Amino acid sequence: MGSPLRIVNGRVYDPANGVNGAVQDVCVRDGKIVADVPPDAKRIDAAGMVVMPGGIDIHCHIAGPKVNLARKVQPETHRDDVQLRTRLTRSGTGGTVPSTFATGYRYAALGYTTAMEAAVTPLGARHTLEEFQDTPVLDKGFFVLVGNNLLLYRLLQEGRREELRHALAWWLKVTKGYAPKLVNPGGDEMWKGGRNANITSLDDKIGSFDLTPRRVIAAFIEAGNELGLPHPVHIHCNNLGHSGNVETTLETMRLAEGRRAHIAHIQFHSYGAAAGKSQSNPTSRARDIIEYINTHPNISADVGAVMFGPATIMTGDAPLAYMLRRFGSNKWVNADTENESGCGIVPFKYQDRVYTNALQWAIGLELLLLSEDPWRMVFSTDHPNGGSFMSYPRLIRLLMDRRYRKEQMAHVNQKALDQSALRDCQEREYSLSEIAIITRAGPARLLGLTDKGHLGVGADADLTIYEEDEDKEKMFSAPRYVIKDGELIIEDHELRADHQGRLLHVAPDYDPQIEQVIEPFFEDFYTIRFANYPVDDRYVPKGQIIPTTPSAAAAPATAGTRP
Amino acid sequence: MGENVKVVRDATCTFCGCVCDDMHLTVDLDHKRITKAENACILGKAWFREHAIEERPLALIGGRPATTEAAVEAAAQILARARFPLIYGLSDTTCEAQRVAVAIADMIGGTVDTTTSVCHGPSGIAFEGVGESTASLGEIKNRADLVVFWGGNPAEAHPRLFSRYSVTPKGMFIPNGRKDRTVVLVDVRRTPSTPAADIFIQVKPRSDFEVLWALRALVRGRRVDPSIERRTGVSLTVLEDLVARMKSCRFGVFLFGMGLTMNRGRHFNSGALLALTTDLNEFTHWVAKPVRGHGNVTGADNVVSWQTGFPFGVNFSRGYPRFNPGEFTSVDLLTRGEADAALIIASDPADNFPKAAIEHLRRIPVITLDPKATPTTQLAQVAFTTATYGINVSGTVYRMDDVPITLRPAFESPYPSDEQVLTAIRDRVRALLGGNRLPAGAPVAAAS
Repeated sequence: MGSPLRIVNGRVYDPANGVNGAVQDVCVRDGKIVADVPPDAKRIDAAGMVVMPGGIDIHCHIAGPKVNLARKVQPETHRDDVQLRTRLTRSGTGGTVPSTFATGYRYAALGYTTAMEAAVTPLGARHTLEEFQDTPVLDKGFFVLVGNNLLLYRLLQEGRREELRHALAWWLKVTKGYAPKLVNPGGDEMWKGGRNANITSLDDKIGSFDLTPRRVIAAFIEAGNELGLPHPVHIHCNNLGHSGNVETTLETMRLAEGRRAHIAHIQFHSYGAAAGKSQSNPTSRARDIIEYINTHPNISADVGAVMFGPATIMTGDAPLAYMLRRFGSNKWVNADTENESGCGIVPFKYQDRVYTNALQWAIGLELLLLSEDPWRMVFSTDHPNGGSFMSYPRLIRLLMDRRYRKEQMAHVNQKALDQSALRDCQEREYSLSEIAIITRAGPARLLGLTDKGHLGVGADADLTIYEEDEDKEKMFSAPRYVIKDGELIIEDHELRADHQGRLLHVAPDYDPQIEQVIEPFFEDFYTIRFANYPVDDRYVPKGQIIPTTPSAAAAPATAGTRP
Repeated sequence: MGENVKVVRDATCTFCGCVCDDMHLTVDLDHKRITKAENACILGKAWFREHAIEERPLALIGGRPATTEAAVEAAAQILARARFPLIYGLSDTTCEAQRVAVAIADMIGGTVDTTTSVCHGPSGIAFEGVGESTASLGEIKNRADLVVFWGGNPAEAHPRLFSRYSVTPKGMFIPNGRKDRTVVLVDVRRTPSTPAADIFIQVKPRSDFEVLWALRALVRGRRVDPSIERRTGVSLTVLEDLVARMKSCRFGVFLFGMGLTMNRGRHFNSGALLALTTDLNEFTHWVAKPVRGHGNVTGADNVVSWQTGFPFGVNFSRGYPRFNPGEFTSVDLLTRGEADAALIIASDPADNFPKAAIEHLRRIPVITLDPKATPTTQLAQVAFTTATYGINVSGTVYRMDDVPITLRPAFESPYPSDEQVLTAIRDRVRALLGGNRLPAGAPVAAAS
């Protein structure tokens, strides 16, 4: 937990508590922010520095089966980007998919203290938790893939909505997941069972099921809201990356009908289709998307910005990865998980001269620059899909420094810029407070992490202290200090301690009768025994259950519900 | 049988890479014996029923009985002094133990390598070159209507690969089981697996690559000369028939073995098969799966990959992981006489490595962790007796399809687990070295 600590003379950015650059003390004790510490407590003089809560990545891919496949398939990216061991810390390798130790230390070295792995198959939960134990510093959680789950499809097809909700709660609890994740609902069934087909609209029939993506999405949004999860259903919409997909995205958001829903990496879902001969080229429809979000407080999104340079496409959206395989890569990984999901991996590179890549880059910026509520349009690159988390400081500079942005715009494909509205948002510059919202306070609020993303008394003592600099990329690349759970992890830009973060997970109640429905399905269609499927507590050396607040409709049906 | 009997349901067999988790074990606790292993195949039955706690010392140092603590000290002294130590084996232990083994390699700047380097290592190298379309075994059970076995003999090596996962089981979209599938077997000779196939294709030894490349050409609509038969023993007609089936099935799978990977061509063979699988996805759904041998070799691949970025043959002497098969793989490194100490976990290289490599093992201090006495434990300077994973200790094991399963042990062993011994060695080496060993010339800042 570290000794008591007083940070003095720093400009504090704590937007959740209305603190906007005031010079004030921040006190830390026993891993928490406290009102005061004894006068002999260790002091950090943060004069000329900015104090913020630790960064929170709401959507990234850092651990689990698909991440490990993506690591293994790219040895060439590890070779020239290595992480040296120190007396205290482990070695590793980098590239866009770093090894576990390198992932933890590198996030910390950017001032991040929490990250959410955004797509884990339930069968891969155990693997993900093992990798988490080897991913230092960060608090972590993961989203559980449920949108292509065939038992849940069967329940929904038969109109068994209550049981669907109980089964969803069961799946979240036995995997120790954080939130339900939908990826291209229906797409994996078309891919695996339909000779590599895909879903093209919300009203397509899903293979042999009497279901459509529209029904699936609406049902999960409803169930997620009834369960009162800290983070609502996290949706990767259908038609990712396809020209004209903006209609699918808008239609998906409308399905929420005022209930909470989070749309992942929305940049990839904001494309129009140009009229005329270049119909296959996408256009920007960022304005339509952001207008919808600005006026619908039930919807939140992370941007999924694209940064030029190397990336790795890794997704539960298997048909998408297959499509992208055509663009320049000689490697393609596909991995089907029984009854649960698909998965695709393609090494990738975004190039500023390429029309589509430049347009994607522009749309990410447009969305952030046109957003009127930074609390609901938060920061991400869908690491490593839109670019590595190591590019976050550059993205921050693009938002905070319009001169730099203008210079960068001059280098990219100009036809793409013609198709976007980026030139119309030349004026806006993000303030430090807004950056603190989109990278800290906002993600914490959207995730329902009440002890994170702010510096009020009682909050987790996860802090970052940056030296102020005109060059915001430089400033955000190397914090002077990073404190995790009250412990000084980075001091004078150097790793000074190792630290094991917590697993953040939910444990919603469910009617135990649901196991009678689930078990026979396992007997017939899984190759792992039902009794061996739930993940036990040994995989969580340090955990924290984030409470749920179920609606009346979702109150447990019987008195025998598990605690 | 003793009075004291218990039944462990849904235990897991770690004998082969199938890692079947539906074993119902009847355990005689008085005699520390498993008397019945329901659902086990012939290999699994032997694995469970022949397991007994042998009266062996907890450890041997220089052949003389010793306590575990004394052996930990002796092992730590060897590893702390070594300049180019090798840590090898790992495929028959838990992921928890594997994680500690890699940590030791990192801490002392050694090399970590697993039995993958003498097994499906070429498939791992091929994977790095072309990727892989693959699936969990349940997808094969639920969907595969064309199953092609290549270079393997599952009937003898992985019996339940047929019955539980890929040939006979009924699945969601394969309601009639065996009747709904076409089974093809490609091999250089007839084996007890051959009768399970509808179509047996016998290739001449050392011509798998040519057959696979001809199939790739045919799948892409290119012409293949009929002389292919002279070279490979397989006629163009047979190949064309196979291609037609492969293109028209709904869900096809290749299950390939060491007949492909440890044959002339090695990773070129695996790469050709993986590339063919990718090509076939233009037409219909296709996946491929290397059929892995040891119980947790897949876990070893995963652990080494997530900790270092590379699957096997990883060296830490420069202070960071480097991967170079041929340089850092155990057979090569021992044959050249490079390692100056070896920590061998759950493996028996003195039984199956080439002579020159074994001779070098005899020249250097060797530390072993094994439940049984083996040729390797007999040449070891320090030999720990450890508990058997899956029977006596719990932990995590990855099935050949990357699905992790938690073990349910049947009864307790008087011996410590691999994880416990390795953890004690790691802590002691760390104390001796004062933290991780830094390579000569490391930046001063990194030493802080």
